[in-house]
Amino acid sequence: MNTDGLDLLYSDVEDDLRAAVRDLLADRCPASAVLARCDSDTPYDLELWRTLQVQLGLAGLLVPEEFGGQGGSAREVGVVLEELAAAVAPVPFLGSAVLATSALLDCDTADGQVAGLLGRLASGESTAALAVPLSAAPGGAFPQGVEADAHGALSGRVTSVADATVADVLLVPAVGPEGPGLYEVAADAPGVRISAATPLDLTRPIADVELAGVRATRLAGGRIAEAAVDRALLAGAGLLASEQVGVAQWCLDETVDYLGQRRQFGRVVGSFQALKHRLADIWLEVVSARAAARAAADALAHGAPDTAVLVRVAQAYCAPAAVHAAEECVQLHGGIGMTWEHPAHLRLKRAKSSEIALGTPGRHRAALAALVDLPPAAQATGRPAVTA
Amino acid sequence: MAENGPDAAEVLRRVRGLLDAYDPGSTERLEFLRARFDAGLAWVHFPPGLGGLGAPRALQSVVDAELAAAGAPDNDPRRIGIGLGMAAPTILRYGTDAQRERFLRPLWLGEEVWCQLFSEPGAGSDLAGLGTRAVREGEDWVVTGQKVWTSNAHNARWAILIARTDPDVPKHRGITYFVCDMTDPGVEVRPLRQITGEAEFNEVFLTGVRIPDTLRLGEVGDGWRVAQTTLMNERVAIGGSPLPREGGMIASVAATWRERPELRTPELHDRLLRLWVDAEVTRLTAQRVRQQLAVGAPGPEGSGMKLAFARLNQAVSGLELELLGEEGLRYGDWTNARPDTVDFYGRDAGYRYLRAKGNSIEGGTSEVLRNIIAERVLGLPSEPRTDKDVAWKDLPR
Repeated sequence: MNTDGLDLLYSDVEDDLRAAVRDLLADRCPASAVLARCDSDTPYDLELWRTLQVQLGLAGLLVPEEFGGQGGSAREVGVVLEELAAAVAPVPFLGSAVLATSALLDCDTADGQVAGLLGRLASGESTAALAVPLSAAPGGAFPQGVEADAHGALSGRVTSVADATVADVLLVPAVGPEGPGLYEVAADAPGVRISAATPLDLTRPIADVELAGVRATRLAGGRIAEAAVDRALLAGAGLLASEQVGVAQWCLDETVDYLGQRRQFGRVVGSFQALKHRLADIWLEVVSARAAARAAADALAHGAPDTAVLVRVAQAYCAPAAVHAAEECVQLHGGIGMTWEHPAHLRLKRAKSSEIALGTPGRHRAALAALVDLPPAAQATGRPAVTA
Repeated sequence: MAENGPDAAEVLRRVRGLLDAYDPGSTERLEFLRARFDAGLAWVHFPPGLGGLGAPRALQSVVDAELAAAGAPDNDPRRIGIGLGMAAPTILRYGTDAQRERFLRPLWLGEEVWCQLFSEPGAGSDLAGLGTRAVREGEDWVVTGQKVWTSNAHNARWAILIARTDPDVPKHRGITYFVCDMTDPGVEVRPLRQITGEAEFNEVFLTGVRIPDTLRLGEVGDGWRVAQTTLMNERVAIGGSPLPREGGMIASVAATWRERPELRTPELHDRLLRLWVDAEVTRLTAQRVRQQLAVGAPGPEGSGMKLAFARLNQAVSGLELELLGEEGLRYGDWTNARPDTVDFYGRDAGYRYLRAKGNSIEGGTSEVLRNIIAERVLGLPSEPRTDKDVAWKDLPR
């Protein structure tokens, strides 16, 4: 497949958007504030989220203008995610403006219920979460954890849902008598219990959602519901690559700064060739990751025919690149990088958690194998190996 | 001294004598440990009178096994690792008779816990660049400075300390080694919270701490050489404890693989087996290093063991989180606790992953260890040094 049609650069509009988000975060999201929140009962900065939603209009970035959104695309969302991840900003952007919004956009937007919810998300009136485990990968089976009864009431349990504790609306995939469906549930409806879990990634809280006979509205059914959930996970996986680029770039910049100042053995530590080479390797991974992430974002924005390939490639490459950059950031800072006070650990936790989120690199490679006709080796028994 | 010391049969005879005189079943723990020390069975390679017999070091494992089989109490070595592994060999080698008499027995018994005041915020890999000052005042030294990454400082009675006594000579030559009383009013210990959420280490602020000259170890200005004994023993302690096959970090990921078939994929299987092979080979290399030591022919491989275990621990714990998938998104507990020991195995995989990151930093970074291998083992030239012949006070910082 020829990829000449992909635009891998940032447009002027995207550069302006980045600058606006970066300025806001520099002002409102300093490292000390993020760290203090990690130890508090209010892990999210909802005032910051409110500003991002309303003032910058980012909650409705993916939502078409006819529903009150910005009519942007995955390209702009990718830029925002790079900045939010670099600052590890504790806002539910991924859960609400990416995962839940993408799922809604693949439902029938002519449906009044769907359109209404899109409008509320775009205006910042509502925040939503897609009730799947954050580790769910695209291409998997439709989630079976929640059942709908004949009256459309939902019961079941979904664990490790990103951004659920601050959502007022849950989009719940459930299986009913008529097959799969995607349901809208008010987070404060009777029978809903959302309990925060202890996350490895302190700046992306997760929660377990329990539903006991909860009244729900069906937004989509059958194939449409299945496709909406799967496409949301695919978009999420592709855009998570932009987060990973943001984290990796922050780790590189921070480490270059530190090694340019820290002195040991009477010289600047960054003058040691062995360390310079390690940073040069990280740099190469970051620029490569950026190309892969931009390709996925551009493909998602335009519905390119090989979008699935580019998303799988981006996740398979960017997830380990971010982990590597964050691990090197901690190591090359030495002891100070191991302390709670230093901001490096929050990026390490984000990077490692993101490697599991929306499919591990191994799962993405296995899915890629089928897409590019590189089937796994047959087992010695002659049976094909089981792929993930 | 080992050549003239008792042999295995003699050592075993003494173990049986101890067990006959002090029945482990009915003897109070500390009383038994004191008797063991006085019988020379604490550390058999130490000299008689200081808990040893002047016997070959390899016989210690025979003693430990016999006593454990008889149900005898031990001195809880994990709690007092710094004293046993670092302070004791240094005191033995450089201490005066009075210092050895005073410190070694309560140290081994665990009555007095020790910590190590070496690293500073500005002196990590370049430990010899340390800036904590010790100034002579009459019969005392007055010490002021900041130390960091001090395990057990909050429990310690004594510390081994290196400080700068002469800033006018090159950095390696102006350091002196002391024993510091941690109850001195000028010692302030603050917990240092780390990436795992807990505070396993401390920062220690020294403000006008008075140390009598009688607590100096070795000559004035010879502290760097004395510290080498301590550091060599630290790295041996980190890389050297024997492991069974599939012991250490690989154990929990292997157990998860066996117990949780739903997590398996061909890709993870291949990576698990690669790391299993690495773990086994690293274990065998460590065993070979111990055998070389036992026959009195230590090989250069020892320098690589800490490096190998750091790399292995990090790779294995990273894989474990990926294998766990959704469970890997969760963490056990971020509470700022103050543990006395590091336990990798009773904790969640996220803790193991984060704590293992320290393995390539603590006790000599992997970068410093690679330099040691390249320069001392392989004989390659060192980086150009600008700091060797310059007075410490004139170094850029």
